[in-house]
Amino acid sequence: MAETKPKPKPKIKKEAIEMPKQKPKERVKNFNEVALGYDEAQAIEEANRCLQCVKPQCVKGCPVEVPIPEFIKCLREKKYAEGIATLKTKNALPAVCGRVCPQEEQCQVNCVLGRIGEPVSIGRLERYMADWERDHGFQLPEKPKPTGKKVAVVGAGPAGLTAAADLIKLGHEVTMFEALHLPGGVLIYGIPEFRLPKAIVRNEVAYIQKLGVDLRLGNLVGRIHTIPELMKSGYDAVFIGSGAGLPMFMGLLGENLGGIYSANEFLIRINLMKGYNFPEYDTPLRLGKHVVVIGGGNVAMDCARCSMRLGAEVCLLYRRSREELPARQEEIENAEEEGLVCKFLAAPLRFNGDEKGWVKSMECQAMELGPPDASGRRRPIPIKGSEFTMEVDTVIIAIGQTPNPIIQRTTEGLVADPRRGTITVDENGKTSIEGVYAGGDVATGAATVISAMGMGKKAAKAMHEYLMNKK
Amino acid sequence: MYKIVSKTDLAHKETLFEVEAPDIAAKAKPGQFVIVVPDEKGERIPLTICGYDTAKGTVSFAFHQVGKTTKALGCLKEGDTLMNVTGPLGNPSEVKKFGKVLCVGGSIMIAPALLQVKAMKEAGNHVTTVLGCRSNDFLFMEAEAKALSDKVYVASDDGSIGYTGLDFLKDLLKTEKFDHCVVLGPVVMMREVSEITKPYSIPTIVTMTPIMMDGMGMCGVCRVTVAGEMKFGCVDGPEFDGHQVDFDELVQRQRLMLPEERLSSMLWEMKGGCKCGRNEA
Repeated sequence: MAETKPKPKPKIKKEAIEMPKQKPKERVKNFNEVALGYDEAQAIEEANRCLQCVKPQCVKGCPVEVPIPEFIKCLREKKYAEGIATLKTKNALPAVCGRVCPQEEQCQVNCVLGRIGEPVSIGRLERYMADWERDHGFQLPEKPKPTGKKVAVVGAGPAGLTAAADLIKLGHEVTMFEALHLPGGVLIYGIPEFRLPKAIVRNEVAYIQKLGVDLRLGNLVGRIHTIPELMKSGYDAVFIGSGAGLPMFMGLLGENLGGIYSANEFLIRINLMKGYNFPEYDTPLRLGKHVVVIGGGNVAMDCARCSMRLGAEVCLLYRRSREELPARQEEIENAEEEGLVCKFLAAPLRFNGDEKGWVKSMECQAMELGPPDASGRRRPIPIKGSEFTMEVDTVIIAIGQTPNPIIQRTTEGLVADPRRGTITVDENGKTSIEGVYAGGDVATGAATVISAMGMGKKAAKAMHEYLMNKK
Repeated sequence: MYKIVSKTDLAHKETLFEVEAPDIAAKAKPGQFVIVVPDEKGERIPLTICGYDTAKGTVSFAFHQVGKTTKALGCLKEGDTLMNVTGPLGNPSEVKKFGKVLCVGGSIMIAPALLQVKAMKEAGNHVTTVLGCRSNDFLFMEAEAKALSDKVYVASDDGSIGYTGLDFLKDLLKTEKFDHCVVLGPVVMMREVSEITKPYSIPTIVTMTPIMMDGMGMCGVCRVTVAGEMKFGCVDGPEFDGHQVDFDELVQRQRLMLPEERLSSMLWEMKGGCKCGRNEA
C-alpha cells in the first residue's frame, strides 16, 4: 500500500520531538542515563517528519553510511525487526552511536529539514531502534560461508568491534585481543554511565561475540604476542585498533601532587572500576569539594559531570573562549544545566601543595586570543601580569590523549608518526606492513567513536579484498 | 579465569601464588609484573613476577596481606580462580654479565629478587644476595637464596636475625667492589641502599612500586620523577636508576589513597573478613 497522502498535505512540523531527560537537579545526584529515550509514539511522530528524500543527504554525513531513510521508514511502519536489521547492515553498534555520535555535525547537519526548522533527530531514532532490539532479543544474520581466513583484531573498542563484526559477517574467523579485563575500550573505561550505560556496551559486545568473534581479555598485544608473531602463528591479517590511551600532562611544577588526576585515571576509576560505588567496589576515588577540570573537549565535560555527581563544585578552566570549546554543544549545555561553571581564557602555571603533598591551590594566567594556529582555532596568548590563584583540592587534566606506543615499539617495520605517535595508514587503513591494517584513534589521534568505527569499517572492507586476493 | 595451581605461605601473612597463565608464562622475564583482578568488584593490583614455568604454563607472584584485596587474595585456596591476570607488563630487567652483582631483596620482594639472582647468576655474574626483613618471622626463601647465590647476607629491622638494619652494607662496600646493584623492596630500603651505593658510583637499579591501575600506560597514576623528568612506572619502568629517583615524591604518591585503603580493609574485616579461618589477625 502506498503511503496515504491526505489532502491538504499536512504541514511539516518544524520542531523535533524533544528528548525526555532526567531533570538537572535530579540527575546530578545519580549516574543513571540522562537522556531517557523516546517512547513509541514519540519515535513514530519524529520518524514521520522524515521526508524520505530520493537523494538522501544525511547518509553522506555518516562515516559508516547507515541507510538512514530506509531504517526510518521501517520505524514509522512499525517494522522494527526489519529496521534494526537494516541499521545493522552498516552499523554494528547502533545503541552506542545513537547515544554518543555527534549527529548534529554529521548526518543531521545535512538533513534538508534543517533548512526550514530542526533536522530529523536521526540519532534518537537510531537509539530507539537499538533499544527496541535490546528489549526483544537480537536476530543474528545468516551465517556466512567460511573463507578459511583468520584475522586478529587488536583492541575491543569502537574501531575493533566494528572491524570484527564486518569481517566475521564476511566469513572470516576473527579473534579479538583486548588488553583490559573488560571489553569496549573507551566505551567502557572512558564514557560515563550517564551518557552510555555499560549494560548497553555489554549488550553490543555480546552481539559481536554471538556473531562468532573469539574475545580474549587481559591480553596485551605487544607484550604477549607481537604483531609479527600473530602473523607467523597463522593469522592472515591483523587490524590494530588500540586507541589513544596515553594521557597528556602539562609539564608544570607540582603536577605530581596528590589530587591531580589525568582524565584517564579519573574516568577509569569511575567507569571501568566503578569507583563511585566504593567501597562496594574496591577501587577508591578521592574527590575534594573544589574540582577544576582543565580542558574543553568531551572528555573534560565527562570529568566535570562525573565530579558534580560525586558532590563537588566544578570549574572548567579552558584557555580559549566558549566559541572554541571542542566539546559537543549538547554536552556543554547538559553540564551547565547541572551546575558547571566555566572559566574561559585562562591556563594553569603551577600547582601548590599542602604539607601532606595534596594540591591546595593553582596559579593561573589569563589569556587573550591571537591569530588562528595550525588547528584553525585562535591561538591563546598569555596576558602579562594577569596571574591569579585559585583554591582547589582536586584537579583533573583533560587536555588530550595520544596513542599507546607499545605496539609501535614492538612491531618492526611498522611506520608511525614519531611526533604524534600514530600509526601511519592510507585511506583504507593499510599500514606499512602487508596484511596489517589500523584504524581509530591509533591512526588518527584522539577523535570520536564514530570516526573510529568508520575507519574500522573501511579497513575491514580493504582487508576482505586483501584476504580474498591473497595467493 | 586464571586457576591458582599452588599456594605457598612464605612467612607471616606473606603468600605466593602459582597461577595457570600459559600465555604470560611463555613471555615473562625477570623484572616484569602482572596486574591481578581478583573478581568482578575487585581492583587492579600490580604484583612483580617471581617465577614462571613455560612447560607447566604457570606464572608466580607473591604478596603481603596488608589491604583488603591482598587479605582477600590470601583467603583463596589452590584450585580457586582469579577473574583476570594481565601481563607480562613493564620492561624486563637488564640481565647480562656485569661482573660482581649485589642483589638486595626486602620483605615480600625477596621472592622476585631471587628471580633476578637466578638470572644474574645464569648470565655469568658473581652474585651477592642480601635478604632484608622486619624480623625473623618474616624471613623466607633463605635456603633458595643460598643455593642460587655466591654469598648471602641476612638483615632484619629489629636484629632478631642477621645484621640489624642495612648499615653493614657500608662496611661491605668499603672492602668489596661491585659492578652492579639491584634492589627490590620497600621504598625506604631502596632509598637507603641507593644512598649507600652512590658514593661508590655502583649503578643501582630499583623496582618502583607506585600505585597502578591499568599498568599499560593509560592512567598515569604511577608517575614518578626520575632525573627531574616525569616517567610512568608501568611502561617506562618498573625499574629505574636508584640514584635519580625522587623517593620523597614516591612515598607521598604511594600514600595517596591510604585513608580509603584503610576504610576498605576495615569494612572487610567487619564483614567477617576471611571466612576460611586461616587468617586470624
